[in-house]
Amino acid sequence: MTGEQIIFLIVALFTLGSALMVVTTRNLIHAALWLVATLFGVAVIYAMLNAGFMAVVQVVVYIGAIAILFIFAVMLTRKDLRDNTPQTNKNWWAGALVAVLTFGGLVFTLQGWSGFSKTAAAVPSGFDAISQLGEQLTSPAAYVLPFEVASVLLLAALVGAVYVAFNKK
Amino acid sequence: MIPLSWYLILAAALFVIGLFGVLVRRNAVAILLGVELMLNPVNINLVSFWRYGDVSSMAGQVFAVIVFAVAAAEVSVGLALVISVYRRRNTVVADELDLMKW
Repeated sequence: MTGEQIIFLIVALFTLGSALMVVTTRNLIHAALWLVATLFGVAVIYAMLNAGFMAVVQVVVYIGAIAILFIFAVMLTRKDLRDNTPQTNKNWWAGALVAVLTFGGLVFTLQGWSGFSKTAAAVPSGFDAISQLGEQLTSPAAYVLPFEVASVLLLAALVGAVYVAFNKK
Repeated sequence: MIPLSWYLILAAALFVIGLFGVLVRRNAVAILLGVELMLNPVNINLVSFWRYGDVSSMAGQVFAVIVFAVAAAEVSVGLALVISVYRRRNTVVADELDLMKW
């Protein structure tokens, strides 16, 4: 087993463990903080995949904005989260069954695919993924249209969020 | 070298943990936490397919960037809805929001 594989296994176990804490812990503030840990693990996975830009965006957007937004929302709605009420609904066993079956189905389907155990070719020397990504996102021959549509979507979400959460009284 | 299967299985496991959270949690904020957990493995898959496929075609990473934008939009509108519901109904438990149920 190579060093890279050992690092991957440690990061994967950390990510999955903190993800389990997110869905099982009673205190929602703790759940949001475990989500931060999970997102850091995913950022490390991006770094291991030679996607440095994705790792940075993961830290800035997910941890810096989304997780903090969750903590704000938990604090704004905290009153009826007393710890003596159950945090899961009565059919939690059915949810666990669906999750396990979905995992089994996904792994079974993937296992029959020919590219399942393929290994990565080395990144060609002199290849700069970040400048390539920037060029493709702004080039009219590539992905400038989805990029602009995403900006319109973000503007619509911004206006919608302000409108929905606005206190009219 | 790590085979592609390791990343795909990690992503599948993370996805079903998020699915479990969405299905069983009663608190609406916790359900949105589960949705966030389900969106991350999608990006892991896209980026690992980019890395294990043709590196010079950036489609996988571009798609992942778009997923980031959609996730940010989703969570901002979702949490605004939760806060708005909390103001009107004084609860965030999904079972108690049954106005449109018959």
